[in-house]
Amino acid sequence: MIMMRNKINEAHEAAEEVSDYSEDSNKKRKIVIPGEIIVKGEDYLPSEGARREGDNIVASRFGLAEEAGRVVKVISISGAFIPRRGNVVIGRVIDITFYGWLIDIDCASSGFLPVEESPRFIRKEEMSSFLAIGDVVAAKIWSVKPKGIDVILKGKGLGKLEGGFIFRVIPSRVPRVIGREGSMINLIKEKTGCNVTVGQNGWIWIKGPNTDSEIKARKAIEFIVDKVHVEGLTDKVEEWFNKN
Amino acid sequence: MVYKRTSGRALTEIRKMTAKVGVVPNADGSAMFAFGDTVAIAAVYGPRLLHPQHKQNPSTGILRVNYDLLSFSVYDRKKPGPSRRSQEISKVTEWALSPVLNLKEFPNTVVDVQIYIIQADAGTRTAGINAASMALAHAGIPMKNLVTSISVGKLDKDLIVDLDKSEEDFEGGEGPTDFPIAKIANTDEYTLMQLDGKIQPEVVKKVLKLADKACEEIYEVQKKALKEVVSQ
Repeated sequence: MIMMRNKINEAHEAAEEVSDYSEDSNKKRKIVIPGEIIVKGEDYLPSEGARREGDNIVASRFGLAEEAGRVVKVISISGAFIPRRGNVVIGRVIDITFYGWLIDIDCASSGFLPVEESPRFIRKEEMSSFLAIGDVVAAKIWSVKPKGIDVILKGKGLGKLEGGFIFRVIPSRVPRVIGREGSMINLIKEKTGCNVTVGQNGWIWIKGPNTDSEIKARKAIEFIVDKVHVEGLTDKVEEWFNKN
Repeated sequence: MVYKRTSGRALTEIRKMTAKVGVVPNADGSAMFAFGDTVAIAAVYGPRLLHPQHKQNPSTGILRVNYDLLSFSVYDRKKPGPSRRSQEISKVTEWALSPVLNLKEFPNTVVDVQIYIIQADAGTRTAGINAASMALAHAGIPMKNLVTSISVGKLDKDLIVDLDKSEEDFEGGEGPTDFPIAKIANTDEYTLMQLDGKIQPEVVKKVLKLADKACEEIYEVQKKALKEVVSQ
């Protein structure tokens, strides 16, 4: 995953994960289980989720095995959200400390947002006027270290989320909600006129011109999450919009 | 006197196995595994923050297993809640599974595994281990391999595979013997070996050989179930 891609589209960098699901002719994919031999031979290099055992490249986790040239990796398709640098997440402020805000991002450790991320200088007493406990923010993960996760607010679409509502979907299905290059999420935005931010941790924020369109956007997303293994889903969703 | 298995099975025949992955929608990974009338459901949550904090390990994540035989799973209602037996099984299941897991990437966290036996007809810990190993894989947790588990026992002098309740309580001949085994699939590494009853030391090697063969069959069932979940 190239985290530092400059082109940040509306669907955020989260869209990069999407390519995992898209069909690519020069890449071979298959489902593997832990301990299963993916390829035999000396010519391959194990990457994320794979390891070498003698002559074989063996899967270290359940998921989609992908051979890109000589490199073999296993992409996770289920399970909890594992934070990575560059992920956009939606979280809630749970504490204000002397140095910044603690943000619950719905994973094993909470995110830390340093005071320097505030767009203007603020005094310590005023910190809650910028972000108070209970406020919801869209943030980007800057670093993941054993001592904790640092998040930042610099980037398009990031910052405090005001109005609208948030809800949760299964994190492993987020790539499908976004679609290839953000195609799915753009379709939803276009059809409902809502502003949608999808966090990699499974939280989604919707704000639209009226409640009806917001509910419609949510229903569309729940429809997608239900039909996660269906092929040509973008067309199906378009059909769904025509019916509803 | 020659004894026959009450179910009419051959000596090395396993009960009909059923496996399904993704049975608990709100868990991060889940699976069901059944040996005939013994049905186990396993749900995996995490890696998530570990409480109480003093149990946190800054160098690796830990595994926490909870095994529970539900009150309606047996003929005489079992008093609900933890017992000496369930605590022991939780612990041995944890030991049986942890050698395949690699939780180094998730320091200070815990992976919780809940195993519920919804129907019991002997071999609940083995069914629980099989279900838990599939559920852990489904949760996307880094692991070396799957764990497979089977119990071997004795019907007088004959070795039998996959005991049911009547065979576990068998009183004739040399008495009841229950030998649950768990191993890392496709290897010769055993992660659980318990013995309830009596067995001749020279027979143990034969027991392991029978368990190896049975585990291969179980592995195929687990593999099939895991691959099916994606195409649903």
